[in-house]
Parts: sequence; C-alpha cells; structure tokens
Amino acid sequence: MSENKRVDKPTGTETVGHEWDGIEELDTPMPRWWLWTLYATIIWGIGYVILYPAIPMINSASEGLLGWSSRGEYAQAVSARERELDPIRQALVSTDIRKLHGSPELMQQAVEGGRSAFKVHCVQCHGSGAAGSKGYPNLNDDDWLWGGDLEAIEYTLIHGIRNPDHDQTRFSQMPAFGRDGILQSGEIQDLVSHVRVLAGREKQSAAATRGAVLFEANCAICHGSDGTGDRTQGAPNLTDAISLYGLDRASLTDTISNSRYGVMPRWGQRLDPATIRMLAAYVHSLGGGEKLPALEEIADQRDESDGDGQS
Amino acid sequence: MGSPEEILDPELKLYESRKSVFPKAVNGPFRRLKWVIMAITLAIYYVTPWIRWDRGPYAPDQAVLVDLANRRFYMFGIEIWPHEFYYVAGMLVMAGIGLFLVTSAVGRAWCGYSCPQTVWTDLFQHVERAIDGDRNAQFKLQDAPWGPKKIGKRLAKWSVWLFIAFWTGGAWIMYFADAPTLVVDFWTGEAAFVAYATVGVLTLTTFIFGGFMREQVCIYMCPWPRIQTAMMDEKSLTVTYKDWRGEPRGSVKKAEAQPGSFGDCIDCNQCVAVCPTGIDIREGPQIGCITCALCIDACDSVMEKINRPRGLIDYATLEDADLEKAGKAHNPVLKTLFRPRTILYFSIWGAIGLAMLFAVGNRTRIDISANHDRNPVYVQLADGHVRNSYTINLRNMENRPRDMIIGMTELKGAVMWSNAGSRDGAGKTLVTSVPADSVSRLRLYIAAPGDGPVREDFALTVTAADDAEANDMDEIFFERPETGE
Ligand code: SF4
Ligand code: SF4
Repeated sequence: MSENKRVDKPTGTETVGHEWDGIEELDTPMPRWWLWTLYATIIWGIGYVILYPAIPMINSASEGLLGWSSRGEYAQAVSARERELDPIRQALVSTDIRKLHGSPELMQQAVEGGRSAFKVHCVQCHGSGAAGSKGYPNLNDDDWLWGGDLEAIEYTLIHGIRNPDHDQTRFSQMPAFGRDGILQSGEIQDLVSHVRVLAGREKQSAAATRGAVLFEANCAICHGSDGTGDRTQGAPNLTDAISLYGLDRASLTDTISNSRYGVMPRWGQRLDPATIRMLAAYVHSLGGGEKLPALEEIADQRDESDGDGQS
Repeated sequence: MGSPEEILDPELKLYESRKSVFPKAVNGPFRRLKWVIMAITLAIYYVTPWIRWDRGPYAPDQAVLVDLANRRFYMFGIEIWPHEFYYVAGMLVMAGIGLFLVTSAVGRAWCGYSCPQTVWTDLFQHVERAIDGDRNAQFKLQDAPWGPKKIGKRLAKWSVWLFIAFWTGGAWIMYFADAPTLVVDFWTGEAAFVAYATVGVLTLTTFIFGGFMREQVCIYMCPWPRIQTAMMDEKSLTVTYKDWRGEPRGSVKKAEAQPGSFGDCIDCNQCVAVCPTGIDIREGPQIGCITCALCIDACDSVMEKINRPRGLIDYATLEDADLEKAGKAHNPVLKTLFRPRTILYFSIWGAIGLAMLFAVGNRTRIDISANHDRNPVYVQLADGHVRNSYTINLRNMENRPRDMIIGMTELKGAVMWSNAGSRDGAGKTLVTSVPADSVSRLRLYIAAPGDGPVREDFALTVTAADDAEANDMDEIFFERPETGE
C-alpha cells in the first residue's frame, strides 16, 4: 500500500508501510551482488535441469544431456567393487579350504563375503541370524548332522541334502515306522520313551525298557546302540541336548511314525565356488564350527601325497 | 494504489550497488591494540600447525592435529577419540558462552578485533593503502580511466591479496595432516585432491571476502551482529557518539564566531573517513558498527588539535549516556564489567571448563563396550550348556600396544572364548592384545550351564595387563531359553 509509505527520517530510507505497535519496517534495498548471486543460481538451476535428469515425466524423468543417472552410477560402483573383489575370489578358490584359517585376512574377507551371501540365499530357511527353526538346523550350535568343519560344510553347500537328482548329495532316509506299518503304535510309544531316556528327558521305565529292545532291532543300525548317531549317514545324536524336530512326545511320535525328510538345495549348481567358500567360512564362524586341523598336519599330508605321486 | 509517478519513482531501488569503502589510515591507542591483536591472531593461525609434540612412535607428533582419516583429534597433551566428541562439543559450548560473556561485557569486541573477517579485511586494506595510497588517492584511482598505471597497481594489489589468500587457505589444511609432509606433498602434486580443493576454495573466499566484499559480509552475510544486538543491554560497552555534547555541529570558524551555540563536533567527517564499514557513527548505534573504535582514535586526534576534551566519540554504555546527559558521573568501569549478568555467564563458562578439565584428568584410556547378539539371543549347545555371544569393542587409547584381560563378574559356571579361539581353550578370562591407539573388535562367546535363571545380569570387565588400575566394565546380560523343552 504505497499511500502508507513514507521516508524514515533518521535513515533516509523508505518504509514498506507495515506497522506493528508503532514499529515500522524499513524498505532497505538488497545489495546488488546479492541480486547477481540470485541470477547466478537461476542460471545454474537452468543448466542443471538441462544437463541432469530433472523434469518428471509419466514413467521416468527427462534424461539430461550428460546422460547421468543414479542407476548408472550405481551399476558402475557395483562393477568397480566386483573388480576390486576379483583377486580375493581368486585367492579364495585357489586356497585349500582346510588351510583357509592359515591366512586370517583371507578368512576374514571370506566371512564378510559369506555374511552378505547368506543374507541373500540362506535366510529363507535358516533365518537371518542362522538360528534355524524346527526342521531347519540352527547353524550357531555345535551339533552337526554331517560334520561341522570347513570342508564338511562346504561339501554340504555344494551338493545339498537329499537332492533327488544328484548322486553325490548327502543322503539318508529314516523309515516311516508308523505309516509303513513296520511298528505298531504301542511299540512306537515304547520307542519314544526310550529315546527320551537317552536324551535325559525321562526316567527309566518299563515302556522304555521295551523300547530299548525295539531300538536295538530297528534303529541302532543308524543311530548306534547307544544312540550317539553316525555322521557318515547323517544320523543325529539322540543323546545330546539338541534336536532338530523336538524331543517332546508328540514330535518324537511324529518323527518315528512318518519319518522326516529335510531337503537343502545344492548350491554348487547355482553359486560360484568362491561364494560357496565364503558361505562355508561364514557358517563356520558363527560359533559352532568344529575344530580346524592344525596347519602343519595339512602340510604333512600334502607332502606325503605329493611324494606318493612322484614315486 | 499510488500515482504512476510514485510507482515509477527512479529513486525507488530494489537493489543497491555497493558503495566503495576506502577507510583512511588512522593512529591511536585502539589502532595499536588492533595491530597487536592482528599480529597475535595471525601468528596463532599460521604457526600452530608447525608446533611439534612428541607422542612416541605410535602417534603423530603434531601439537594440534585434526586427523579425520583416523578419527582422532590431538591438542597438545590431550587426544580425543570420536566417542569422546563431547569434549569438542563442550569446547564449542564454551566458545558460544564466551561470546555471550564478551558481548555482555564489552559489546562487539569480537567483531571489532578478532573476527577473522575483520582481521583479514584489515590486512587487505593495509596492502591496498601501501599500493594505491590513502583514502583520497584510492578514490581517485578508482575513478581514473584504465591505463598502464591503474592496471599495474591493480595487478600488484590483487597479486598480493591472492598471495595472502593462498597462504591462508594453505595454512588451514595444515591442521588436518602432518604439516611438513603435507607441504612437500602439496608441491610435488602428491597431496589428496581434497587438499587442493580446500586450498582453492579458501583462497578464493579469502580473496573475495577480504578484498571485495569486506563490510558486506558483516552487514548482510553474518548472522552474529543480529544476535549480538539482541544480546547487548544498557550496560554493555559500545562505541557511542555523544550527540548531547557534539550537536549542533559547526566548524571551528562558526563556533568562534558564535560561541555557545555549537557543540563540539566540527563536522570534519574524520570519524566517517576512517570507518572500515563506511558508516557514520553520529547517526547512533547501528548494525554496521563493529566497535573497532577507529573513529574514537580519529576523533580524539581532532579534538586534541582543536583543544577540546577527548572522548566526543567514546566507549560508553547506554546507561552512561543517560547519566552523562543528566550531568552525573559514569558508572565505574569495573561495575560495568562485573555485574550479575557477566558473572553468571562467567560462572557457567568456568563450570563447564572445570568439568571438562576434571573429566579429561580422570578418563580411563582403556574401554570395553559390549553388544549382546540378538539374532539369536542364545544358542543351545549339545552338552546342555547355553551360549550367548557378544560383539565387543576394546579401545586402547594409549600410544602403545597393550595386553588386555577380559573378565566377567558372577556368572556361575560360565566360560568365555573368542572368535580367535575355540571352546576347547575357554576359561574364566581372556587375554588379548590391542594395538596402539586403536579399537579391536571381536566376538565373545560365553557358555554357561543351561539350568540358571532365564535372564542374568553381569558385567564384562577389562583390565590392562600392565596397569591393573585401569579397569572398565560394561553391564550386560546372559539369557537362557524358558524351559528345557
Ligand atoms: S571526527 Fe569527531 S569532530 Fe570530526 S566529524 Fe567525527 S565526531 Fe565530529
Ligand atoms: S563506527 Fe567507529 S567503531 Fe564502528 S565500525 Fe566504524 S570506525 Fe569502527
């Protein structure tokens, strides 16, 4: 409202015409350099819009003269990283897995690589913390059906478990004692009692004693007379505190009656050897991995076999 | 709406071009004080990175170093780690309160004497005067057409400015790396790109801000004057023109002709001529005044020449002004400086300072922090034990490698091992060596019998093997499954 404008005497500046409680605002002009800075930012902005993707379209944005895109930059970063990792992958594949722990740095890199590969390929079954769940092994613990050293883990990873179309896969199958009519349901309950005694979950009873006889006849061939299992057949140790399918009566009854048939994909067909090696290192590092052989022993074995080869 | 004439008023400007400010050289006590402070602040800035400080073989021997790459901040005997950043925060808070303290006591003394913008502008203006001559010569040269003389002078001035600006930018990066090495690297093209970029940007900004924008920075770009004006009160010292004594203005001649009808100001404009921000202090306190007091020096020498008492322009508080107008004596300066407000600021400032000194004196140089792994929270082991795992960070903040003993408080039957060992070698404690001045991260496994309480609190402790005093602990918990089944 220009009629309200007036010149402020002491400063000689015009007022903008607003007044609050007797306080008036001076219409002090901005410095010229400020104006030029504003123009410069506008020009910069126009240049930016022309050079870079900026104007939103229906499906994407305008392309920009430089051809830059965040996706492209990302792809570049990824391939640069891949190139960086190449030597590590090569070193991993060319190192004997039993000797991997001999070079802690490589081991460390393998564990870190395995950590991310695990997040992509393994969490669906084993969980993001590798703690598994009923029927899916907890990879943190120290109970291994097929062996828990680096080599055994890698074998499992490559060949999978109970892969029907592969002859080197880990394979075992427990009979479905109930479903196939091998045992009567009373006998199965006796067996359950015996297994619970083995596991320390129940006291000795008449049923368990009857179960022991049945166990010797039907189960000991895989699980051993004392129930400690057999890794070569993937037969679980029934006397320890861990069980894949549960040690309560209902679970055991179900297991013995219907058998269990856990399957793991054979990753050798889907992942490259370096990634598999990384996964093995990571799984081993979770705290339940079994003892690594002494490095000298491996070296000795090598020497011997080399010698054999020459003679 | 106004009339067309009003709207098209040629005087009505939305934007204003900068008026050149060529302050005149001046002499006097405040000018000398400015010289001294300028020398000291510039010396501190340029010399500090070159002071050496022996920290032994494992740490840099630069007294003041901001080591961004290794995330350490060294300041003489004190070394600050990232997690101790609160010391830096504390120093910033102290700097802030320090400014409040200075402002409430002596007004905008920071602006007038030690603000980098002031110091470098002042330096640049001395260069300008040395090459172009004093105020009048500078105006003349500005208006003169471009010719060999003007071009020569301009080139000379700008090159000296650029040289100073370059040294200023160059000194800055010395704080972030070993200075002697960096200088060599810089000139042999070996330094990091960011070093060149930083020097480039700082050279340019120093050149532009100190050479061309000067008071524009103080008036339009710096937020501090606004904050300060809000913080000053009627008891803060500020540069004041005593209009009650000076007005009405009149030349010496006029005053002699009509004694008694003129004030002391003879309208000689010296106070305006010397002002580095180009303002007229006689118009009253204003945002452009940085209270550098050069106008006091100028006016005092005028007063001396015409045999009138000094102090027509003087440091005075608003309260002093009122007292003087009423014909009373000033408050004593001490009373102005020490009043509840300044004392309060000083106490807060001092308290923070003492607390930080105390904290620095008492901090331990080893540290453990543990994170209980939550995925999974616990792991059932084959023999019935339960295992929990923890990610621990061990900090060795001394400049030598140290062995550290990790232990735990009351966790019945528990043993620990780390990802470097296995359960076979597990025990009640674990010894690990941490390199000098670094953090070791390891996973710690603790296995305990499975028949304890679901959740048990305990602490992880770390003790330096060579110095049992240095003990630190982190409260943590152990968790077990609800039941056996
Ligand atoms: S220098 Fe002193 S006498 Fe001269 S114009 Fe300024 S206030 Fe007046
Ligand atoms: S008015 Fe005086 S004190 Fe204020 S900036 Fe100018 S010379 Fe300095």
